[in-house]
Amino acid sequence: MAVPSFLARERITARPGFNRWLIPPAALAVHLCIGQVYATSVYKAALVTNFESNLKTIGYIFSLAIVMLGLSAALFGTWVDRNGPRAAMFVSAIFWSVGFLIGSLGIATDQLWLLYLGYGVIGGIGLGIGYISPVSTLIKWFPDRPGLATGMAIMGFGGGALIASPLSRQLMSWYDPNYVPSGAGANVASGDAVAKLFLTLGLVYLVFMLFGAFIIRVPAADWKPTGFDPASVKAKPMITTDSVSAANAIKTPQFWLLWVVLFCNVTAGIGILEQASGMIQDFFREGGTSTVAAATAAGFVGLLSLFNMGGRFVWSSTSDYVGRKGIYMVYLGLGLVLYLLLATVGNSATWLFVVLAALIISFYGGGFATAPAYLRDLFGTYQVGAIHGRLLTAWAAAGVAGPLIVNGILDSQGTVGSLVASDYRPALFIMVGVLAVGFVANLLIRPVASKFHEPKAAVDGFSTPTTPEASTVR
Amino acid sequence: MSSARTTQPSSQETTHTPVGLIGFAWALVGLPLAYGLFQTIKTASSLFG
Repeated sequence: MAVPSFLARERITARPGFNRWLIPPAALAVHLCIGQVYATSVYKAALVTNFESNLKTIGYIFSLAIVMLGLSAALFGTWVDRNGPRAAMFVSAIFWSVGFLIGSLGIATDQLWLLYLGYGVIGGIGLGIGYISPVSTLIKWFPDRPGLATGMAIMGFGGGALIASPLSRQLMSWYDPNYVPSGAGANVASGDAVAKLFLTLGLVYLVFMLFGAFIIRVPAADWKPTGFDPASVKAKPMITTDSVSAANAIKTPQFWLLWVVLFCNVTAGIGILEQASGMIQDFFREGGTSTVAAATAAGFVGLLSLFNMGGRFVWSSTSDYVGRKGIYMVYLGLGLVLYLLLATVGNSATWLFVVLAALIISFYGGGFATAPAYLRDLFGTYQVGAIHGRLLTAWAAAGVAGPLIVNGILDSQGTVGSLVASDYRPALFIMVGVLAVGFVANLLIRPVASKFHEPKAAVDGFSTPTTPEASTVR
Repeated sequence: MSSARTTQPSSQETTHTPVGLIGFAWALVGLPLAYGLFQTIKTASSLFG
Protein backbone atom coordinates (compact mmCIF):
# COMPACT_ATOMS: atom_id res chain seq x y z
CA MET A 1 0.00 0.00 0.00
CA ALA A 2 1.63 3.25 -1.17
CA VAL A 3 1.56 6.31 1.07
CA PRO A 4 1.37 10.00 0.03
CA SER A 5 4.79 11.38 -0.83
CA PHE A 6 4.94 13.71 2.19
CA LEU A 7 4.79 10.66 4.44
CA ALA A 8 7.26 8.53 2.50
CA ARG A 9 10.47 7.28 4.07
CA GLU A 10 12.54 8.88 1.28
CA ARG A 11 11.25 12.32 2.26
CA ILE A 12 12.46 12.07 5.83
CA THR A 13 16.01 10.80 5.41
CA ALA A 14 18.15 13.13 7.52
CA ARG A 15 20.81 15.18 5.84
CA PRO A 16 24.34 15.32 7.25
CA GLY A 17 24.51 17.37 10.43
CA PHE A 18 21.03 16.47 11.70
CA ASN A 19 20.96 16.23 15.50
CA ARG A 20 19.68 12.84 16.61
CA TRP A 21 18.44 14.22 19.94
CA LEU A 22 15.34 15.46 18.12
CA ILE A 23 14.24 11.85 17.64
CA PRO A 24 13.47 10.82 21.28
CA PRO A 25 10.92 13.65 21.78
CA ALA A 26 9.30 12.67 18.47
CA ALA A 27 8.93 9.12 19.78
CA LEU A 28 7.77 10.36 23.19
CA ALA A 29 5.12 12.57 21.55
CA VAL A 30 3.48 9.37 20.29
CA HIS A 31 4.07 7.10 23.27
CA LEU A 32 2.94 9.65 25.88
CA CYS A 33 -0.37 9.92 24.00
CA ILE A 34 -1.07 6.24 23.43
CA GLY A 35 -0.04 5.46 27.03
CA GLN A 36 -3.43 6.94 27.96
CA VAL A 37 -4.80 3.44 27.54
CA TYR A 38 -3.60 2.64 31.08
CA ALA A 39 -5.65 5.52 32.53
CA THR A 40 -9.08 4.16 31.65
CA SER A 41 -9.88 3.48 35.31
CA VAL A 42 -10.35 7.24 35.81
CA TYR A 43 -13.68 7.30 33.95
CA LYS A 44 -14.63 3.62 34.17
CA ALA A 45 -17.20 4.15 36.94
CA ALA A 46 -18.69 7.11 35.08
CA LEU A 47 -19.16 4.95 31.98
CA VAL A 48 -20.81 2.22 34.06
CA THR A 49 -23.29 4.77 35.39
CA ASN A 50 -23.86 6.42 32.02
CA PHE A 51 -24.58 3.15 30.20
CA GLU A 52 -26.31 1.58 33.23
CA SER A 53 -23.89 -1.29 32.75
CA ASN A 54 -21.28 -3.07 34.91
CA LEU A 55 -17.51 -2.98 35.36
CA LYS A 56 -17.00 -6.19 33.41
CA THR A 57 -18.85 -4.94 30.33
CA ILE A 58 -17.06 -1.59 30.39
CA GLY A 59 -13.75 -3.35 31.11
CA TYR A 60 -14.02 -5.14 27.74
CA ILE A 61 -13.31 -1.79 26.03
CA PHE A 62 -9.82 -1.73 27.55
CA SER A 63 -9.24 -5.43 26.88
CA LEU A 64 -10.35 -4.99 23.27
CA ALA A 65 -7.93 -2.09 22.82
CA ILE A 66 -5.01 -4.17 24.18
CA VAL A 67 -5.89 -7.17 22.00
CA MET A 68 -6.11 -4.87 18.95
CA LEU A 69 -2.74 -3.40 19.96
CA GLY A 70 -1.13 -6.84 19.80
CA LEU A 71 -2.89 -7.84 16.58
CA SER A 72 -2.27 -4.60 14.70
CA ALA A 73 1.39 -4.46 15.78
CA ALA A 74 1.82 -7.99 14.45
CA LEU A 75 -0.16 -7.41 11.23
CA PHE A 76 1.14 -3.96 10.30
CA GLY A 77 4.73 -4.30 11.55
CA THR A 78 6.09 -4.99 8.06
CA TRP A 79 4.07 -2.07 6.64
CA VAL A 80 5.54 0.18 9.33
CA ASP A 81 9.10 -0.92 8.50
CA ARG A 82 8.52 -0.48 4.76
CA ASN A 83 6.94 2.97 4.88
CA GLY A 84 8.91 4.48 7.72
CA PRO A 85 8.06 6.16 11.01
CA ARG A 86 6.34 9.31 9.68
CA ALA A 87 3.69 7.34 7.80
CA ALA A 88 3.23 5.05 10.82
CA MET A 89 2.96 7.92 13.30
CA PHE A 90 0.54 9.77 11.03
CA VAL A 91 -1.73 6.73 10.63
CA SER A 92 -1.48 6.00 14.35
CA ALA A 93 -2.46 9.59 15.19
CA ILE A 94 -5.50 9.43 12.90
CA PHE A 95 -6.68 6.07 14.27
CA TRP A 96 -6.06 6.97 17.92
CA SER A 97 -7.79 10.33 17.56
CA VAL A 98 -10.72 9.05 15.49
CA GLY A 99 -11.13 6.30 18.08
CA PHE A 100 -11.66 8.94 20.76
CA LEU A 101 -14.03 10.97 18.59
CA ILE A 102 -16.22 7.97 17.76
CA GLY A 103 -16.08 6.97 21.43
CA SER A 104 -17.21 10.47 22.38
CA LEU A 105 -20.15 10.18 20.00
CA GLY A 106 -21.02 6.81 21.50
CA ILE A 107 -21.06 8.20 25.05
CA ALA A 108 -23.03 11.30 24.03
CA THR A 109 -25.67 9.23 22.23
CA ASP A 110 -25.72 6.31 24.70
CA GLN A 111 -24.52 3.78 22.13
CA LEU A 112 -22.02 1.46 23.80
CA TRP A 113 -21.17 -0.33 20.54
CA LEU A 114 -19.72 2.92 19.22
CA LEU A 115 -17.35 2.99 22.20
CA TYR A 116 -16.25 -0.58 21.48
CA LEU A 117 -15.76 0.24 17.81
CA GLY A 118 -14.15 3.63 18.36
CA TYR A 119 -11.86 3.32 21.37
CA GLY A 120 -11.55 -0.48 21.36
CA VAL A 121 -11.09 -1.38 17.69
CA ILE A 122 -10.08 1.79 15.81
CA GLY A 123 -8.17 3.29 18.74
CA GLY A 124 -6.58 -0.11 19.41
CA ILE A 125 -5.20 -0.22 15.86
CA GLY A 126 -3.73 3.25 16.47
CA LEU A 127 -2.17 1.90 19.66
CA GLY A 128 -0.45 -1.01 17.94
CA ILE A 129 0.92 1.01 15.02
CA GLY A 130 1.92 3.87 17.32
CA TYR A 131 3.70 1.58 19.79
CA ILE A 132 6.06 0.11 17.20
CA SER A 133 6.34 3.19 14.94
CA PRO A 134 9.45 4.84 16.45
CA VAL A 135 11.23 1.75 17.76
CA SER A 136 13.33 0.69 14.77
CA THR A 137 14.10 4.34 13.96
CA LEU A 138 15.42 4.94 17.48
CA ILE A 139 17.57 1.81 17.30
CA LYS A 140 19.07 3.02 14.02
CA TRP A 141 19.77 6.50 15.43
CA PHE A 142 21.32 5.08 18.61
CA PRO A 143 23.31 2.01 17.53
CA ASP A 144 25.68 2.77 20.41
CA ARG A 145 22.89 2.85 23.07
CA PRO A 146 19.81 0.97 21.77
CA GLY A 147 18.60 0.13 25.27
CA LEU A 148 18.66 3.78 26.31
CA ALA A 149 16.88 4.83 23.10
CA THR A 150 14.03 2.35 23.27
CA GLY A 151 13.84 2.81 27.04
CA MET A 152 13.15 6.51 26.53
CA ALA A 153 10.28 5.88 24.12
CA ILE A 154 8.69 2.99 25.93
CA MET A 155 9.05 4.88 29.20
CA GLY A 156 6.67 7.33 27.52
CA PHE A 157 4.05 4.63 27.25
CA GLY A 158 4.22 4.20 31.02
CA GLY A 159 4.26 7.98 31.48
CA GLY A 160 1.15 8.48 29.34
CA ALA A 161 -1.11 7.23 32.11
CA LEU A 162 0.65 9.45 34.65
CA ILE A 163 -0.37 12.46 32.59
CA ALA A 164 -3.79 11.27 31.44
CA SER A 165 -5.10 10.29 34.90
CA PRO A 166 -4.82 13.67 36.65
CA LEU A 167 -5.55 15.56 33.43
CA SER A 168 -8.76 13.59 32.87
CA ARG A 169 -9.90 14.25 36.45
CA GLN A 170 -9.21 17.96 35.97
CA LEU A 171 -11.02 18.14 32.64
CA MET A 172 -14.05 16.24 33.94
CA SER A 173 -14.19 18.64 36.91
CA TRP A 174 -14.37 21.53 34.47
CA TYR A 175 -17.01 19.87 32.29
CA ASP A 176 -19.10 18.71 35.27
CA PRO A 177 -19.04 21.15 38.23
CA ASN A 178 -20.82 18.54 40.41
CA TYR A 179 -18.04 15.99 39.91
CA VAL A 180 -15.95 15.28 43.04
CA PRO A 181 -13.00 13.04 42.07
CA SER A 182 -11.84 12.00 45.57
CA GLY A 183 -12.21 12.46 49.29
CA ALA A 184 -15.46 12.96 51.20
CA GLY A 185 -18.47 13.07 48.89
CA ALA A 186 -16.59 11.54 45.98
CA ASN A 187 -18.86 10.73 43.04
CA VAL A 188 -18.66 9.97 39.31
CA ALA A 189 -18.64 12.44 36.45
CA SER A 190 -21.65 12.74 34.15
CA GLY A 191 -21.71 11.00 30.77
CA ASP A 192 -21.72 14.41 29.11
CA ALA A 193 -18.43 15.27 30.87
CA VAL A 194 -16.82 12.01 29.77
CA ALA A 195 -17.99 12.60 26.18
CA LYS A 196 -16.39 16.04 26.23
CA LEU A 197 -13.26 14.54 27.81
CA PHE A 198 -12.97 12.05 24.93
CA LEU A 199 -13.47 14.86 22.42
CA THR A 200 -10.76 16.97 24.06
CA LEU A 201 -8.27 14.10 24.38
CA GLY A 202 -8.88 13.06 20.77
CA LEU A 203 -8.03 16.53 19.47
CA VAL A 204 -5.08 17.16 21.83
CA TYR A 205 -3.53 13.77 21.06
CA LEU A 206 -3.93 14.38 17.33
CA VAL A 207 -1.88 17.59 17.54
CA PHE A 208 0.81 16.03 19.73
CA MET A 209 1.21 12.91 17.64
CA LEU A 210 1.28 14.83 14.36
CA PHE A 211 4.05 16.99 15.84
CA GLY A 212 6.02 13.79 16.46
CA ALA A 213 5.35 12.66 12.89
CA PHE A 214 6.45 16.06 11.58
CA ILE A 215 9.88 16.10 13.29
CA ILE A 216 10.81 12.42 12.95
CA ARG A 217 13.68 11.58 10.60
CA VAL A 218 15.45 8.37 9.58
CA PRO A 219 19.24 8.22 9.34
CA ALA A 220 20.98 7.77 6.00
CA ALA A 221 22.01 4.18 5.27
CA ASP A 222 25.70 4.78 5.99
CA TRP A 223 25.24 7.12 8.95
CA LYS A 224 26.84 6.43 12.29
CA PRO A 225 27.25 8.53 15.44
CA THR A 226 30.49 10.38 16.03
CA GLY A 227 33.04 8.13 17.68
CA PHE A 228 30.97 4.98 17.24
CA ASP A 229 32.91 2.02 15.93
CA PRO A 230 30.61 -0.67 14.49
CA ALA A 231 33.47 -3.14 14.98
CA SER A 232 32.90 -2.87 18.72
CA VAL A 233 29.47 -4.45 18.17
CA LYS A 234 31.01 -7.38 16.35
CA ALA A 235 33.12 -8.12 19.40
CA LYS A 236 30.03 -9.12 21.42
CA PRO A 237 28.86 -12.68 20.77
CA MET A 238 25.15 -12.11 21.46
CA ILE A 239 24.92 -9.12 19.12
CA THR A 240 24.65 -9.79 15.40
CA THR A 241 25.72 -7.55 12.56
CA ASP A 242 23.70 -9.68 10.14
CA SER A 243 20.05 -9.19 9.20
CA VAL A 244 17.05 -11.46 9.62
CA SER A 245 13.70 -10.70 7.96
CA ALA A 246 10.48 -10.72 9.96
CA ALA A 247 9.27 -13.72 7.94
CA ASN A 248 12.38 -15.67 8.87
CA ALA A 249 12.56 -14.44 12.45
CA ILE A 250 9.35 -16.22 13.42
CA LYS A 251 10.89 -19.47 12.15
CA THR A 252 13.74 -19.25 14.65
CA PRO A 253 13.69 -20.75 18.16
CA GLN A 254 15.16 -17.47 19.42
CA PHE A 255 12.00 -15.54 18.52
CA TRP A 256 9.74 -18.00 20.33
CA LEU A 257 12.03 -18.24 23.35
CA LEU A 258 11.92 -14.47 23.60
CA TRP A 259 8.14 -14.61 23.13
CA VAL A 260 7.97 -16.94 26.15
CA VAL A 261 10.32 -14.64 28.12
CA LEU A 262 8.13 -11.58 27.45
CA PHE A 263 4.92 -13.52 28.06
CA CYS A 264 6.18 -14.76 31.46
CA ASN A 265 7.51 -11.38 32.53
CA VAL A 266 4.30 -9.56 31.59
CA THR A 267 2.01 -12.24 33.06
CA ALA A 268 3.78 -11.99 36.42
CA GLY A 269 3.75 -8.18 36.43
CA ILE A 270 0.11 -7.87 35.45
CA GLY A 271 -0.73 -10.20 38.33
CA ILE A 272 0.26 -7.42 40.75
CA LEU A 273 -0.73 -4.41 38.66
CA GLU A 274 -4.30 -5.59 38.18
CA GLN A 275 -4.85 -6.12 41.89
CA ALA A 276 -2.57 -3.43 43.34
CA SER A 277 -5.11 -1.37 45.26
CA GLY A 278 -7.03 -4.29 46.76
CA MET A 279 -3.93 -6.39 47.28
CA ILE A 280 -2.17 -4.05 49.71
CA GLN A 281 -5.37 -3.71 51.75
CA ASP A 282 -5.93 -7.48 51.79
CA PHE A 283 -2.32 -8.22 52.81
CA PHE A 284 -2.77 -6.16 55.97
CA ARG A 285 -6.28 -7.16 56.96
CA GLU A 286 -6.82 -8.08 60.58
CA GLY A 287 -10.16 -9.17 61.97
CA GLY A 288 -11.98 -8.15 58.80
CA THR A 289 -10.55 -4.63 58.76
CA SER A 290 -7.54 -3.51 56.73
CA THR A 291 -4.90 -1.38 58.40
CA VAL A 292 -4.24 0.23 55.00
CA ALA A 293 -6.69 3.00 54.13
CA ALA A 294 -8.14 3.44 50.63
CA ALA A 295 -6.19 6.69 50.17
CA THR A 296 -2.94 4.91 51.08
CA ALA A 297 -3.80 2.14 48.62
CA ALA A 298 -4.24 4.82 45.93
CA GLY A 299 -0.78 6.12 46.85
CA PHE A 300 0.58 2.60 46.40
CA VAL A 301 -0.92 2.42 42.90
CA GLY A 302 0.72 5.77 42.11
CA LEU A 303 4.07 4.52 43.37
CA LEU A 304 3.81 1.42 41.20
CA SER A 305 3.13 3.65 38.16
CA LEU A 306 6.33 5.53 38.90
CA PHE A 307 8.37 2.33 39.20
CA ASN A 308 6.72 0.92 36.08
CA MET A 309 7.80 4.01 34.14
CA GLY A 310 11.20 4.40 35.79
CA GLY A 311 12.04 0.71 35.30
CA ARG A 312 11.52 1.10 31.58
CA PHE A 313 14.21 3.72 31.33
CA VAL A 314 16.64 2.63 34.04
CA TRP A 315 16.76 -1.11 33.38
CA SER A 316 16.69 -0.79 29.58
CA SER A 317 19.59 1.70 29.74
CA THR A 318 21.44 -0.64 32.09
CA SER A 319 21.07 -3.44 29.54
CA ASP A 320 23.44 -1.54 27.23
CA TYR A 321 26.18 -2.36 29.75
CA VAL A 322 25.23 -5.76 31.21
CA GLY A 323 23.73 -7.20 28.03
CA ARG A 324 20.17 -8.10 27.18
CA LYS A 325 20.40 -11.71 28.30
CA GLY A 326 21.93 -10.63 31.61
CA ILE A 327 19.27 -8.06 32.37
CA TYR A 328 16.45 -10.54 31.65
CA MET A 329 18.13 -12.96 34.06
CA VAL A 330 17.72 -10.21 36.66
CA TYR A 331 14.08 -9.49 35.68
CA LEU A 332 13.13 -13.15 35.83
CA GLY A 333 15.59 -14.62 38.37
CA LEU A 334 15.59 -11.84 40.93
CA GLY A 335 11.90 -11.26 40.13
CA LEU A 336 11.23 -14.88 41.06
CA VAL A 337 12.97 -14.42 44.41
CA LEU A 338 11.07 -11.19 45.08
CA TYR A 339 7.76 -12.88 44.27
CA LEU A 340 8.67 -15.70 46.66
CA LEU A 341 9.45 -13.17 49.40
CA LEU A 342 6.19 -11.34 48.67
CA ALA A 343 4.23 -14.57 49.07
CA THR A 344 5.95 -15.68 52.26
CA VAL A 345 6.99 -12.59 54.25
CA GLY A 346 5.27 -9.80 52.32
CA ASN A 347 2.62 -9.34 54.99
CA SER A 348 5.14 -8.82 57.82
CA ALA A 349 5.56 -5.08 57.19
CA THR A 350 3.94 -2.55 54.86
CA TRP A 351 7.29 -1.07 53.81
CA LEU A 352 8.59 -4.51 52.84
CA PHE A 353 5.47 -5.22 50.78
CA VAL A 354 5.81 -1.87 49.01
CA VAL A 355 9.53 -2.32 48.25
CA LEU A 356 9.05 -5.85 46.89
CA ALA A 357 6.05 -4.91 44.73
CA ALA A 358 7.75 -1.75 43.41
CA LEU A 359 10.86 -3.69 42.35
CA ILE A 360 8.74 -6.38 40.67
CA ILE A 361 6.85 -3.73 38.71
CA SER A 362 10.08 -2.00 37.70
CA PHE A 363 11.20 -5.33 36.19
CA TYR A 364 7.83 -5.61 34.42
CA GLY A 365 8.38 -2.21 32.79
CA GLY A 366 12.02 -3.01 32.08
CA GLY A 367 11.00 -6.18 30.25
CA PHE A 368 8.88 -4.18 27.82
CA ALA A 369 11.52 -1.58 27.15
CA THR A 370 14.44 -3.97 26.70
CA ALA A 371 12.65 -6.28 24.24
CA PRO A 372 13.29 -4.18 21.09
CA ALA A 373 17.02 -3.94 21.87
CA TYR A 374 17.14 -7.72 22.47
CA LEU A 375 15.50 -8.20 19.06
CA ARG A 376 18.06 -5.86 17.50
CA ASP A 377 20.87 -7.89 19.06
CA LEU A 378 19.47 -11.18 17.75
CA PHE A 379 18.01 -10.23 14.36
CA GLY A 380 19.71 -6.94 13.39
CA THR A 381 18.06 -3.64 12.56
CA TYR A 382 16.76 -4.71 9.12
CA GLN A 383 13.11 -5.42 10.05
CA VAL A 384 13.28 -5.03 13.81
CA GLY A 385 10.04 -3.02 13.90
CA ALA A 386 8.08 -5.78 12.18
CA ILE A 387 9.64 -8.45 14.39
CA HIS A 388 8.82 -6.36 17.46
CA GLY A 389 5.23 -6.12 16.28
CA ARG A 390 4.97 -9.89 16.08
CA LEU A 391 6.56 -10.27 19.53
CA LEU A 392 3.89 -8.04 21.06
CA THR A 393 1.34 -10.83 20.61
CA ALA A 394 2.98 -12.15 23.80
CA TRP A 395 1.72 -9.03 25.56
CA ALA A 396 -1.82 -9.56 24.30
CA ALA A 397 -1.71 -13.20 25.45
CA ALA A 398 -0.27 -12.25 28.85
CA GLY A 399 -2.92 -9.56 29.22
CA VAL A 400 -5.48 -12.36 29.17
CA ALA A 401 -3.49 -15.01 31.10
CA GLY A 402 -2.27 -12.82 34.00
CA PRO A 403 -5.64 -11.57 35.23
CA LEU A 404 -7.21 -14.97 34.48
CA ILE A 405 -4.76 -16.72 36.82
CA VAL A 406 -4.98 -14.17 39.63
CA ASN A 407 -8.73 -13.54 39.45
CA GLY A 408 -9.45 -17.27 39.12
CA ILE A 409 -7.44 -18.08 42.26
CA LEU A 410 -8.86 -15.18 44.27
CA ASP A 411 -12.44 -16.02 43.30
CA SER A 412 -11.87 -19.52 44.67
CA GLN A 413 -10.43 -18.18 47.94
CA GLY A 414 -13.19 -15.82 49.02
CA THR A 415 -15.04 -12.64 48.27
CA VAL A 416 -13.75 -9.11 47.72
CA GLY A 417 -13.28 -7.35 51.04
CA SER A 418 -12.68 -10.52 53.01
CA LEU A 419 -9.44 -11.76 51.39
CA VAL A 420 -6.20 -11.95 53.37
CA ALA A 421 -2.52 -12.42 52.46
CA SER A 422 -2.66 -16.22 52.50
CA ASP A 423 -5.43 -16.17 49.86
CA TYR A 424 -2.94 -14.64 47.42
CA ARG A 425 -0.25 -17.26 47.99
CA PRO A 426 -1.43 -19.84 45.40
CA ALA A 427 -1.52 -17.14 42.70
CA LEU A 428 1.88 -15.78 43.74
CA PHE A 429 3.43 -19.25 43.74
CA ILE A 430 2.06 -19.82 40.24
CA MET A 431 3.75 -16.59 39.19
CA VAL A 432 7.02 -17.88 40.69
CA GLY A 433 6.63 -20.92 38.41
CA VAL A 434 5.82 -18.69 35.41
CA LEU A 435 8.96 -16.64 36.04
CA ALA A 436 11.03 -19.83 36.35
CA VAL A 437 9.82 -20.91 32.90
CA GLY A 438 10.78 -17.49 31.52
CA PHE A 439 14.20 -17.70 33.20
CA VAL A 440 14.95 -21.05 31.54
CA ALA A 441 13.70 -19.77 28.16
CA ASN A 442 16.07 -16.80 28.44
CA LEU A 443 18.98 -19.08 29.33
CA LEU A 444 18.33 -21.10 26.16
CA ILE A 445 18.62 -18.09 23.83
CA ARG A 446 21.67 -18.33 21.55
CA PRO A 447 22.72 -16.35 18.45
CA VAL A 448 20.53 -16.95 15.38
CA ALA A 449 21.85 -19.55 12.91
CA SER A 450 23.39 -18.10 9.74
CA LYS A 451 20.88 -19.90 7.48
CA PHE A 452 18.30 -17.32 8.57
CA HIS A 453 20.48 -14.33 7.63
CA GLU A 454 19.52 -12.18 4.63
CA PRO A 455 21.98 -11.76 1.75
CA LYS A 456 23.87 -8.49 2.16
CA ALA A 457 22.68 -7.32 -1.28
CA ALA A 458 19.02 -7.64 -0.28
CA VAL A 459 19.56 -5.56 2.83
CA ASP A 460 21.74 -2.72 1.49
CA GLY A 461 19.63 0.15 0.32
CA PHE A 462 16.29 -1.44 1.13
CA SER A 463 14.32 -1.45 4.32
CA THR A 464 12.46 -4.56 3.29
CA PRO A 465 13.13 -7.29 0.77
CA THR A 466 11.72 -6.58 -2.67
CA THR A 467 11.39 -10.16 -3.73
CA PRO A 468 9.73 -13.07 -1.98
CA GLU A 469 13.00 -15.01 -2.27
CA ALA A 470 14.76 -12.45 -0.13
CA SER A 471 12.48 -13.08 2.79
CA THR A 472 12.73 -16.84 2.87
CA VAL A 473 15.47 -19.01 4.25
CA ARG A 474 18.16 -19.61 1.71
CA MET B 1 23.82 16.66 24.73
CA SER B 2 26.05 15.39 21.96
CA SER B 3 25.30 16.20 18.38
CA ALA B 4 25.69 13.21 16.10
CA ARG B 5 27.37 13.99 12.82
CA THR B 6 26.97 12.06 9.65
CA THR B 7 29.62 10.28 7.66
CA GLN B 8 27.77 11.01 4.41
CA PRO B 9 29.79 12.10 1.42
CA SER B 10 30.39 15.85 1.26
CA SER B 11 28.43 16.11 -2.00
CA GLN B 12 25.18 15.92 0.00
CA GLU B 13 23.85 19.18 1.40
CA THR B 14 24.35 19.46 5.14
CA THR B 15 21.83 20.72 7.65
CA HIS B 16 21.87 22.21 11.11
CA THR B 17 19.17 21.33 13.62
CA PRO B 18 18.23 24.51 15.51
CA VAL B 19 18.88 24.17 19.23
CA GLY B 20 15.59 26.02 19.80
CA LEU B 21 13.66 23.31 17.96
CA ILE B 22 15.31 20.59 20.05
CA GLY B 23 14.54 22.54 23.23
CA PHE B 24 10.94 23.14 22.14
CA ALA B 25 10.41 19.47 21.29
CA TRP B 26 11.81 18.33 24.64
CA ALA B 27 9.73 20.94 26.48
CA LEU B 28 6.58 19.83 24.67
CA VAL B 29 6.96 16.28 25.96
CA GLY B 30 8.82 17.12 29.17
CA LEU B 31 6.35 19.57 30.66
CA PRO B 32 3.30 17.26 30.53
CA LEU B 33 5.47 14.46 31.87
CA ALA B 34 6.66 16.67 34.73
CA TYR B 35 3.01 17.55 35.48
CA GLY B 36 2.08 13.86 35.54
CA LEU B 37 5.07 12.98 37.71
CA PHE B 38 4.26 15.74 40.18
CA GLN B 39 0.61 14.68 40.46
CA THR B 40 1.55 11.01 40.87
CA ILE B 41 4.18 11.73 43.53
CA LYS B 42 1.57 13.84 45.34
CA THR B 43 -0.80 10.86 45.32
CA ALA B 44 1.94 8.39 46.25
CA SER B 45 3.01 10.58 49.18
CA SER B 46 -0.13 9.45 51.05
CA LEU B 47 1.63 6.09 51.35
CA PHE B 48 4.21 7.64 53.63
CA GLY B 49 1.93 10.09 55.41
